[in-house]
Amino acid sequence: MKTAVIVFPGSNCDRDAAEALRIVTGQAPAMIWHQETSLPDGLDLVMIPGGFSYGDYLRSGAIGARSPITRDLIRRADSGLPVLGVCNGFQILIEAGLLPGALMRNSGLLFVCERTPLQIENTNSRFTRAYGDTREVIFPVAHHDGNYFADTETLDQLESGGQVMFRYLNNPNGSARDIAGITNAAGNVLGMMPHPERAVDPAHGGTDGRGVFESLLGRG
Amino acid sequence: MKAKIHIYLKPGVLDPQGTAVANSLKTLGFDEVESARQGKLIELDLSSVDAEEASERVKAMCDKLLANPVIENYDIELSA
Repeated sequence: MKTAVIVFPGSNCDRDAAEALRIVTGQAPAMIWHQETSLPDGLDLVMIPGGFSYGDYLRSGAIGARSPITRDLIRRADSGLPVLGVCNGFQILIEAGLLPGALMRNSGLLFVCERTPLQIENTNSRFTRAYGDTREVIFPVAHHDGNYFADTETLDQLESGGQVMFRYLNNPNGSARDIAGITNAAGNVLGMMPHPERAVDPAHGGTDGRGVFESLLGRG
Repeated sequence: MKAKIHIYLKPGVLDPQGTAVANSLKTLGFDEVESARQGKLIELDLSSVDAEEASERVKAMCDKLLANPVIENYDIELSA
């Protein structure tokens, strides 16, 4: 499986993402600097890592979403390339218009950093099918702006379209309807605040995140 | 030409920072504070000469980058 990780100034989970992809796929991903204007051909997955791209200036993810590479990312995503955005990557995908809604300051105003239980809402997706009968997983979260917001109509559409992929069992940030991760309508773009790439190696304290990458590999 | 852009959360969008500011003011004894909303102010220096055209361009800047239309409204103030 050929993968790539986009690196922005201020990304800080790019190496976690690269290591997770290397462990699960057996192949190191291409690391793509945000000033590049095109992604490599023949990719099976692009990952937008967590961090604080551009220091969260203006709004988290706002500047990264207008980087040169993002134009090509949008084009490829529109033609079906699987894209996984985690944490700041989720914020960038939303700011780029690839996913609906907005991610606002956590309702408790605090940065949350903990391991949090999640419900897998849609087990029949390219990102979750390797989980089999498992419905509950524990992923780390670490963010300040993860409070998912969308109008009622958009939330209803996400629910009815099976686009709500993960829900918090113990909502840490005030997200509408406990939403932790969503896909686009086509199902090839997943954005989530929790970090599957930080739950891949037993040394992480858990390996529940592997399933996301194994699903993409077509395992399970 | 200068543009001042005020960006603020839409009515109905929860503003936990504004709530914290209001609570803090009350703690300081400013009991008249009923609520607070926190926004941002962006100032631009423009080389534009035509006010109408500048207004259109700044509006496009707001829609493309400066404001998030899902949660924010904005006002533009132009001055010479």
